[in-house]
Amino acid sequence: MDTQHITLPQDEESSASRRQLQSGATLVKRYHIQEVIGVGGMGSVYRARDLHFPNVTKLVAVKEMINMAPDPLVRQTIVQNFEREANILATLNHPSIPRIYDYFTEDDRSYLVLEFVHGKDLESIITDTNGFLSEEQVMTWAIELCDVLSFLHAHKPDPIIFRDMKPSNIMINSNGDVILVDFGIARTFQVGQKGTMIGTEGYSPPEQYRGEASPFADIYALGATLHHALTRRDPRLEPPFSFAERPVRKINSHVSSELETVINTALAYDPSERFPNIEAMKEALMGAARKTGALSKIATTSIAPASGIKPVWTFKCEDEIRGTPLLHQGVLYIGCYDNNLYALNAADGKFQWKYATDGGIVTRPAIYENNIYFGSEDQRLHVVSSRTGKLVWTYFTEGHIHSSPRIAEQHVFFGSDDQVLHAVNVNTSRSVWKFDAGDEVRSTPFVANELVYFGAENGDFFAVDFKGTMKWRFQAKRAITSSPIVAKQSVLFTSMDGTLYCLDARNGWVIWRFRLGKASVSSPALTDNFVIVGAADGFIYCVEAQSGKEVWRFRTEHQVSSSPAIYNDSVYCGSVDGNLYCLEYRTGRQRWKFETKKPITGSPVVFDDIVYFGSIDQNVYALLA
Amino acid sequence: MLDFFQKLFRGEDKTATERATTAPLTDQQIQSIIHGQSIQFEMQQLIAATGQSVGKQREHNEDSLLSITTTLAGKAANIPFGLYMVADGMGGHQFGEIASNAAVRVVAGQIMRKFHPYLFSIPTQQPEESLQEIMENAIKEAHRAVQKDAPGSGTTITAALVLGQQVTIGHVGDSRAYALYPPGRVEQITHDHSLVKRLEELGHLNKEEAATFPHRNVLIRALGQGDTLDADVFTIPFPHNGALMLCSDGLWGVVADHDLLRSFTEAPNLQRACQSMVAAANTAGGPDNISVVLVQMIG
Repeated sequence: MDTQHITLPQDEESSASRRQLQSGATLVKRYHIQEVIGVGGMGSVYRARDLHFPNVTKLVAVKEMINMAPDPLVRQTIVQNFEREANILATLNHPSIPRIYDYFTEDDRSYLVLEFVHGKDLESIITDTNGFLSEEQVMTWAIELCDVLSFLHAHKPDPIIFRDMKPSNIMINSNGDVILVDFGIARTFQVGQKGTMIGTEGYSPPEQYRGEASPFADIYALGATLHHALTRRDPRLEPPFSFAERPVRKINSHVSSELETVINTALAYDPSERFPNIEAMKEALMGAARKTGALSKIATTSIAPASGIKPVWTFKCEDEIRGTPLLHQGVLYIGCYDNNLYALNAADGKFQWKYATDGGIVTRPAIYENNIYFGSEDQRLHVVSSRTGKLVWTYFTEGHIHSSPRIAEQHVFFGSDDQVLHAVNVNTSRSVWKFDAGDEVRSTPFVANELVYFGAENGDFFAVDFKGTMKWRFQAKRAITSSPIVAKQSVLFTSMDGTLYCLDARNGWVIWRFRLGKASVSSPALTDNFVIVGAADGFIYCVEAQSGKEVWRFRTEHQVSSSPAIYNDSVYCGSVDGNLYCLEYRTGRQRWKFETKKPITGSPVVFDDIVYFGSIDQNVYALLA
Repeated sequence: MLDFFQKLFRGEDKTATERATTAPLTDQQIQSIIHGQSIQFEMQQLIAATGQSVGKQREHNEDSLLSITTTLAGKAANIPFGLYMVADGMGGHQFGEIASNAAVRVVAGQIMRKFHPYLFSIPTQQPEESLQEIMENAIKEAHRAVQKDAPGSGTTITAALVLGQQVTIGHVGDSRAYALYPPGRVEQITHDHSLVKRLEELGHLNKEEAATFPHRNVLIRALGQGDTLDADVFTIPFPHNGALMLCSDGLWGVVADHDLLRSFTEAPNLQRACQSMVAAANTAGGPDNISVVLVQMIG
């Protein structure tokens, strides 16, 4: 039986918790239940008061095993296993092993009464600590753990193998000393049965999966536990036996190379390459501690890449730039809050022409047959010649335009604050249909599968066919300002409700949801099997496209409303902290950042190894990618 | 007018006589009928078949499987809906069949409960959970159930939830999902959670060593084992112009990929393909229980 701390959400009723003892209940007229302190697969662990000591408060831990198996043979095996734990504990006397006081059975339930440990388990300590635990602290516990394992391994007539060393089975008591809890699967050393698979994935050595349990298994699991404590990387979330791929110091550079060597030896794949016994491991730990000493901590200063990046060129406009540029045939087109659309030479930033509207421009221009299409806060869609910057035609809506135009099948699709998605024929400049979205449409539509996908500020997301008929609708809890992207039959977008959604592009069923720390207006970018997007919590997230599982996240110093752009193996994204970040997209590691004087809300475009973007500091920048 | 009706019905008459050929039909005839039929489905739909055998060397069947095929009727379209599963109770453990059976029942029960409103009543709301959350929670629930009903045992589970054009896979252990693309391509969709696979990835074993590794049956992740269970859950497009196949290691461990594909392409229908695959595993010695599910999207 295995216990873990109660982290189940309230609504998740496990059958065990449903039948939990209530506080105030009394067992065998002696143990007064106070509260649940842990829940395992087969019952709970309670804190109880021993009523045989009326004048003092003697607390005990009562471990319960509810035998719910319907099969009699199964029932019998369960009871035997539980008794084995009691029997092992009863014979052991060591300061790091809880004492057993009592063992009894009532109907379907068996109970172990154990010493109550005032303290916290190591897993919670790791989780609750900001940053890394100190090397000295972990080293002290490691040496104590070696002591108790050494005691178990020296047990006569047969050594006892703990078999389940992991942070959640280690309690740190109020004196800061370790206590091993949960001897549910500990057993005297014997040749294992084939196919036995006991232990906790991530901490158990390869041979334990083959049913072999020897002292080497505990050495490995202790190594895994120390690795987890020093790196905060839970091995249950990593591929098994992959410690060699993520050495401790690569994650936590404060750890000494001496300690790393000890851990690596304990984690050797082949048992014969680990320490020959736990005493040797303790010796090595002591040696490492002597060498490093408490005072001679290795000071490592992380050297961030110097922000000595020189722009290829910059161009100053007369107001904030919040939008995203378009690059076409060597010309960069970008809108600005000085009401102008600028055309700049992409090679040197030389001004070509500008076109004035009567409102700020946040939309990303689109190009079709030598005409540039873009919306403005003057409520109009403007179409100008890409060569001359002269007006070709305009189209009026009844609200500001924040949604960028999308051109497909000789139609331009875009939303407006008049709550309508507009479909306009590019040849006739006439409206073909209008789709009433019920609220402002600021999201940029995406066209795929002969459908137009877009979100609205009331949280609705629509798929509309080319006739303007709704095919399906999805409702998020808050506004959808983010622009969708469609790939492999899925449509991805974020919402102000703080979720990255992946829907089936054909019918709108939710395939997965990914919780962001905060709301998002950022539009996802896709590459290989990764989705990358920013959020208001300041993170840039990378999520696996097929499973919705997080791959990495990168913290910027402020909200990320910019949408990432991917180029080669890098992702480029701006932040309200004023920086443009370049990250390695598979790992999220920062390659460089470039600081502007004001927030960056627009998205970069990258072409021919140059990244182009605008900043609220009124400049357009071109940097070497 | 009469001409018009005759013209209209002539085609129908002709197919009716063609189909009236008396049994037994040759495989080519069946093939042509199947072929003829498939064009008529302008609406996309799923068809599925299953096959199972104890094998030649085991006394008990510790595998469990499930196959449910229907459509979700909707205003705009009928969405194909299917739920398929294979579970292989852990060999060497005493309660393998209890585990695999409980896993399939609980996972299927949990998932069907979520779809009950869409299948059997008029839904008023969107589902609270995503498809992947539904799958993941169902597997977690099954994990708890197996721990309760048969502690110490374990089972694999490979479940495929088909909705429209997408398949959401939930997977733990070494049963497998494949995409079969005739004439010559077989793609393994799932990733085995087995010791041998892991050792191979780490470079401790090469392909030949892996094939003869004595502990090929040992899983590093199984439903019912460990306090936390991390199932692989992901969504992929349904393999079009081919088939989705789920099977236990009693099949993939003894019959080569290309032979499985041949069984599929040469059989007149899915049911016969399943039978032929099971027969191939038994011919190869049938060392373990054999389970297979084949699913096709037609139309």
